[in-house]
Formats: sequence, structure tokens, C-alpha cells
Amino acid sequence: MTQSVVVQVGQCGNQVGCRFWDLALREHAAVNKKGIYDEALSSFFRNVDTRGGDDSPDIYKGKIRSLKARALLIDMEEGVVNEILQGPLRDVFDSKQLITDVSGSGNNWAVGHKLYGYQYRENIVEKLRKTAEHCDCLQCFFIIHSMGGGTGSGLGTFVLNLLEDEFPEVYRFVTSVFPSGEDDVITSPYNSVLAMKELNEHADCVLPIENESLFDIVNKIHQMINSVKLGSTVKHTSVLTSNTGSAKPVQEKPFDAMNNIVANLLLNLTSSARFEGSLNMDLNEISMNLVPFPRLHYLVSSLTPLYTLADVNVPSRRLDQMFSDAFSRDHQLIQADPKHSLYLACALLVRGNVQLSDLRRNIERLKPSLHFVSWNQEGWKTGLCSVPPVGHSHSLLALANNTCVKPTFIELKDRFLKLYKKKAHIHHYLHIDGMEQSCFSEAISSLSDLIEEYNELDATKGGPRTDPSRLKIAV
Amino acid sequence: MSVVTVQLGQCGNQIGQEVFNAICSDIHGTHGLCSKKENESYGDACKERFFREEESEVPIARAVLVDMEPKVISQMLSVAAKSGCWKYDDQSHFCQKQGSGNNWANGYSVHGPRHKEAIMNLIQKEAEKCDRLGGFFTIMSMAGGTGSGLGAFVSQCLRDAFPSSFILNHVIWPYGTGEVIVQNYNSVLTLSHLYQSSDALLVHENDVIHKICAQRMNIKQISFRDVNQVIAHQLGSVFQPTYTTEGGLHYSRNPLGDLMDTLVPHPEFKMLGLRNIPQMPENSLAYSTFSWPGLIKHLRQMLIANAKMEEGIQQQVQPLSLGPSIPSGRSRNKPLHFNTSIANLVVLRGKDMHSADLGGFQDPSLYTSWLNPQDAFNAWKTPRAFNKYEKSASLVSNSQFLLKPLDSVVGKAWNMFASKAYIHQYTKFGIEEEDFLDSFTALEQVISSYTIL
Repeated sequence: MTQSVVVQVGQCGNQVGCRFWDLALREHAAVNKKGIYDEALSSFFRNVDTRGGDDSPDIYKGKIRSLKARALLIDMEEGVVNEILQGPLRDVFDSKQLITDVSGSGNNWAVGHKLYGYQYRENIVEKLRKTAEHCDCLQCFFIIHSMGGGTGSGLGTFVLNLLEDEFPEVYRFVTSVFPSGEDDVITSPYNSVLAMKELNEHADCVLPIENESLFDIVNKIHQMINSVKLGSTVKHTSVLTSNTGSAKPVQEKPFDAMNNIVANLLLNLTSSARFEGSLNMDLNEISMNLVPFPRLHYLVSSLTPLYTLADVNVPSRRLDQMFSDAFSRDHQLIQADPKHSLYLACALLVRGNVQLSDLRRNIERLKPSLHFVSWNQEGWKTGLCSVPPVGHSHSLLALANNTCVKPTFIELKDRFLKLYKKKAHIHHYLHIDGMEQSCFSEAISSLSDLIEEYNELDATKGGPRTDPSRLKIAV
Repeated sequence: MSVVTVQLGQCGNQIGQEVFNAICSDIHGTHGLCSKKENESYGDACKERFFREEESEVPIARAVLVDMEPKVISQMLSVAAKSGCWKYDDQSHFCQKQGSGNNWANGYSVHGPRHKEAIMNLIQKEAEKCDRLGGFFTIMSMAGGTGSGLGAFVSQCLRDAFPSSFILNHVIWPYGTGEVIVQNYNSVLTLSHLYQSSDALLVHENDVIHKICAQRMNIKQISFRDVNQVIAHQLGSVFQPTYTTEGGLHYSRNPLGDLMDTLVPHPEFKMLGLRNIPQMPENSLAYSTFSWPGLIKHLRQMLIANAKMEEGIQQQVQPLSLGPSIPSGRSRNKPLHFNTSIANLVVLRGKDMHSADLGGFQDPSLYTSWLNPQDAFNAWKTPRAFNKYEKSASLVSNSQFLLKPLDSVVGKAWNMFASKAYIHQYTKFGIEEEDFLDSFTALEQVISSYTIL
């Protein structure tokens, strides 16, 4: 069994990360009735007897003593991390797993990446090594951050670079929250584009998230819960956005609902690596199957169902609805419509009480309405995990490598150029050591190239299919 | 003689466990509708072939379990032990912590060499525990990374370490519409490599077995367990003890050797397909009766028309008695596809099998002209019924059965290869474009050979 380490950077990264750890504990508590430290738990948690002090050795078997998250919390201001450490999750984090500073990055990618990066490099490397040493077989780093600010964006991508240098064999999965059009941080386009270049070059897989989509989903759930028919009730632990039933009772904070969605995304993504099933789908398989070309590693994700009704019987029509929903525009975690764009690859990870035949029936049913690239007409990767998420009898995570990410990138480029044409606010960046005008031009060029790659693929959509001629054998 | 089974990857291990289950429940759960003496003889032959006995314990399967991650193997070990009927040797497995990521190159070029010694040691130990080694039976899927890549590597090692032993690779053909996106690459690489080290490849296609589950077994919600149980039943129907010679007094002791002898006269032709009838839900068995003439007629027509199961067999397809057979495979315009065989083996289990007339299978027009029809066709029989089926008939065929699936997989892989998609994932671990080209060439050769039969 392998382990993963979560690196949460900046305010957004840490807030989402906090929700992730809370829901992870909830999930494992629901499955692990006997309180024995098992391999599934070890993928994200260490087991330590804290009476021995901070340096006590890990306990690999037997009863759970004290679970410690395999995490590194990084923020250049103290507020968020301090709140976490004073909150109900304080025991889950090791005091040595934190790197904080006081003044923040001022929404400036250069401050995060060049200034703090340089300053904290050794400290970060040392702490990463320590976390890695506690892992028997480290498979993946999960970075959680936002793109629009300074710390998450700048320092977060600095850490990404670092991980590639120091741990080249370990996968790097990045969950990036992209800014929306009405973002109140003026320089967010600069920060995002500068960060994108790093994601292009150093990440194995990126799961882009847009706040607008999370917000829409939260609203949708509220509406549904309020309008639910008499006689059926919604199971609150199942609601994708809720804190209910989590291991430590937490007071709901404003972004909690949205962050819970992202936390659930990560739990579902790793479920098949942690729990057993008839067709396992490990993290290295996700990277292998969904990334046909190194730079095209942006995966659009969707989670269904958003909640379950307490009626237990699930007729197969409702099950099929779950599959249909996964492909609908309003279940995607970015503002995109994969159904009307071109699929390069698609992965379906089913959890819980779903049989192979249900999965196959739905693939056959949905296939005709989706457009797949000519060289990957049957490009489906499937996984069946027996353990459902808390409160559900079954669930589905869909990951799509689809050209529908292109509009998001194009918009980002446009917003960047609007500012850059006037060189607005550039001086804040340029006066940081190591930052030059060329950083900007290289970054926008990297983004343009990426958009062009997607354009070329889109151009093949719907065109005549001529299969390349096969090798001829002399008879 | 005993057969050592090597279970590779998730699929190989899950199927292997069902195979031993099926064999065990056959000898313990039923008495075969024959004489006590016959039944005992059968049971002994089966045990010698697949199990070893240690004092006061349940029989131990002669198997080595290999996987690059631990979840599946630990499940298989515990499920077997719980059966109370048989178990795996607790030491006979090899595991790592991180799987192969569906990457053939990872399985073949990284995990293979790294773990060669440990894995071969386990196999050697198991082989030494056989009084006489009858060969190796490996189970793997082609779609993933471990079964396919590591499996191909291990087969090669087996060939090097045991140059005169028989190696039969049981290969699972994935569903046409994905389980794994790179399954066609993995399949092409696996098949081309196995062709060099293996004696024969016995193939089961997931799509076919799935249809059998849906249409013959009437299973509403089909799981991999259902699919694997059908596969296990079909394998058991071939490899459980039989008399291979007419009027033989003892159960034959060399199933793999006999299989190779009868079915693989030429190293260019190693692809074997398997058909088994009847197949029906267990609760219908009590109400059904079968006749040998009926079963044999169906089986023969299934062979000729390349049908996958007992329904929808095209009755119009018939062999020509004069002239060359209708060309098949590439000729998409010809609706009547006639399946030409190199060699066939029919296995009959159940009483009165002596009376079964297999003359239809010796019709020269079924075969290519190289062998005498008497040599091209063989039958193995036993009066002992198999696994609750009063009569059952199986066909193992070296024919054009697998031509279409093979052509399809190579076509799709080539299509993907032309765009260079995913290639960087393989070159990362040492499999270059030339290696792909070599594999494509090798398989186009096999396709061509089977097409012009």
C-alpha cells in the first residue's frame, strides 16, 4: 500500500485542506469500526503514541493511538494556520509540519515564488524529507492551492518545482482553484498565468476548480433540499457540501460548503487506492491513462450524486441518472461543457454498490452522445471500488481530459493581456529579485502554446476519419 | 504430473482463485454420476494435478500469486482459507506496495528485472514440490500493467529456466470498450512477447463471457465475480482429468503436454479459443436434459460459424466440400464467415460418452490441408460428469476464432500509435517506438498467417 502527502499552500489551500482532513477522518471512522490502524488509514495518516513526545516513532500495526496527517501546511501569514491549530483538528497536525510567516505575499506571485521560495527553500525541503521518511512507499504529493493570490500561487508552484527536483519519482497531483471573472484581486490574472507555466511544466496532473462552479453546486443543493418531496428526507451525511457527522464537530464557516466539494473530490480520487474493489484504479493508473501527451494533463472533474435521499432502494433508473449527471454541465467543477467538446480520455471511478454490468450499460448508453478524438474512440478507464462514501450507497467520480478547458484558459489569457498591455501593476513584480519582464512573456507564451495544442485537437473533431494504413506483410 | 499455476496481477489472481474453487467444488460437491471407483480415481488425478497435501491440512493449491500491490492477494488468500476446502500456501506469493499503473513498460522493464529472483525462487520452490512437473499455467490479463507486462517478463523467465517444460498462457482479452485506455498498446506488447516464449495462448474474451452471463446464465447484475466464475467453469471443463486415449485405463497425467501435442503443430499458430456447452443458470439444470448428438451438433456449428455461445448460431454457414474455403477475416463483404481450423480438441464429460459420435469433427473440409483429419482432431473423455452438468462438451480450437479480435486490437493500437498518444508514458520506462514497431510487425505476421488458412 502506498502513502500520499498533502501540501496545502496559502489561505485557500489550507482551508480546503482542513476540510479534506476532517472528511477523511470521517470516512475512515465509518469504515474502520474496530479502531485498528490499517493500510487504508496509513495512506494519509501516521499512527503515533504522543506520550513519547513529538519524535515518537510511528506505530505500524495495532490499535489507533493518535492519527497524524501526512501533511505540510504552508502559509505566509499566520491567521489561517493558527485557526486550524486552535480548532478541533489541532491534534491531527504535527507542530513540525508547518511553515508560516507573518506578512503574507500581498497577492503577488513574485513575492510568493521568488522571495519566499528562496527564503524558505531549505526549510521546506527538510520538512518534506521528514514526511517522506515516515512513508514506507510514497506514491504521490497532492498540492492544494489557489492560482489568483500570492502565496498559494507563487509559493505553491515553487514547491511544485521543488518536488520535481527532490522527489522526481513521486507523482504530483495539483488541485488548483482558478479565479473567477469577478475576482476582487486585480492582479489575479498575472498570478494565475505565471502559475500556469509552472503547472504546465512540472505537474503530472492538474484538477482545475472554479469557485463559480462550486457556488452553483452549493445553491443547487440548497434548492433541492428545500424542495424535497414529502415523505423522503435527505441524508445529511451524504450531502456533498456538508460537515455533518465529521469526526470533530466543526462550526460551519462561509467557504466550508464549497471546500467540502473539493475535499470529497480528493477522497473519491484516492478511494480505489485505499480500499479494495473488483477493479482497482490507482493514482499512477489515472496519470497513465488520462495524460496522452505530457502537457495535456488538465482533468475536468465531476462528482455525483450530490446527496442521497434516505429511501434506501435505488432503482436502476436512478443509478443511470447518476451517470448522466456526471456528464452534465452543472456537475462539473469548472465552467465547462465536456459533452460538446472533444474528449481525449475519460475515467469513471465508481464506488459502492454498483455492478460491472451497470457500468458497462451506462458507458454504452452515453458513448454515442460524446465526441472522442479519432485515435481514442474507446478511451474509457474504469474503476470499481467496493467502499462507498459516507452516507451514500454508491457514487461516481468522472475525470475528463477534454478540450472544454480551453475557454477557461482563453479567458485567463484575455484578462492577462488586458492588464499587461498597459503594463499595469507590473512594477510590483519586477522589483522582486529574480523577476524579469521575460518571466511574463514566457508565461503567456506557455499558455498560448497550450491553447494552441487544444485548438489543433479541436480542429480534428467531426472531421472525416481516415485510419492510418496498416503494416503490410509479405506473404 | 502436476501443473503449477502462476497468477499474475489483479485479474490473474481473481480468476485463479475461482478456478481452484471450481475444481474443488467439482470433486467435493458432486459425485459425478458415475461409479464410486471412477469418482475416486478422478478425485485422485485431480488432486495430484492441482494440489499438494500436507498432513492434517486442507489441500494446498500448487500456485504462486504475484502482484505489484497487496490488496488483491491478501483478499484471495483469506477467501481461499475461509472456504474450508482448500487454501493457498501462505508463503507462495510475491507482492510489492505500488502497482504497475497500467503501464506495460513498468511491468516488463522495471518490475520484471527488479523482482525476477524473488519471483522465480517462489516458482522454483513450487515446481520442486511436484513429483513430476507437467508444466506451467499462467493467468493474466492483457489490458493492465502487471499481468500483461510483468506476466510477459515472467513467461520469458520461465522459458529460460525450464526450457523443456510446457507453458500455457491463459490470457484475458479486455472488453472492447475500455477498461483501460491504453489496453490496446498493452495487449499488442503482451501478445507479441508471449508468442516468443509460450507454447500456446488460451484466450477468454470479456465481451463474450459477459454475454454468456447475460443471455445464457440470466444474471441480471453481472459482476466480475460472475464473469470469473464462468471462465473458471470453462477452464475446469478442459483441465479436469480425462482419458485421452480410447479405451485408456488411467486418467491421463500430462494435460498440458497432450494439449500442445494435439493443438499446436506449428509455432506460428498458437492462439487457442475455448467454447463450452451447455451453460445455464444452476436452478434450470434440474429441468434440463441433454443428448450427446444435440450437444455435438451445436458445438460443431459453433466451430464452423465462429459462434461464441449457444444462441444465434448461424446455421447457414457450412463448409464447402470442394475447392478452397471461403476467405475470412478481411473480407467484410462476405456475410458467411467460415472458420477454418488447424486442429481441434473436444472434451466430453458425462455418462454414455462412448456412444457420442464425433465424426462430424473429422470432416476434412473443416481443416487446412496440412494434417490428416485424424491427426487434426482429438477427443478426451470421461464418464464422470463435471460440476453439476450431467453432460458437458468443450471445444478447444486452434482456428480463426481469434482472428477478428486480434485484428481489431492491432488496428486500434496502430491508430493510436500513429498519433503518438501515450508513447511518452512507455519511453519513460524504456520501451521505445522501435519496440512497438517490432510488436506490430510480429502480430501482423500472425494475423496474415491465420487469414490465409
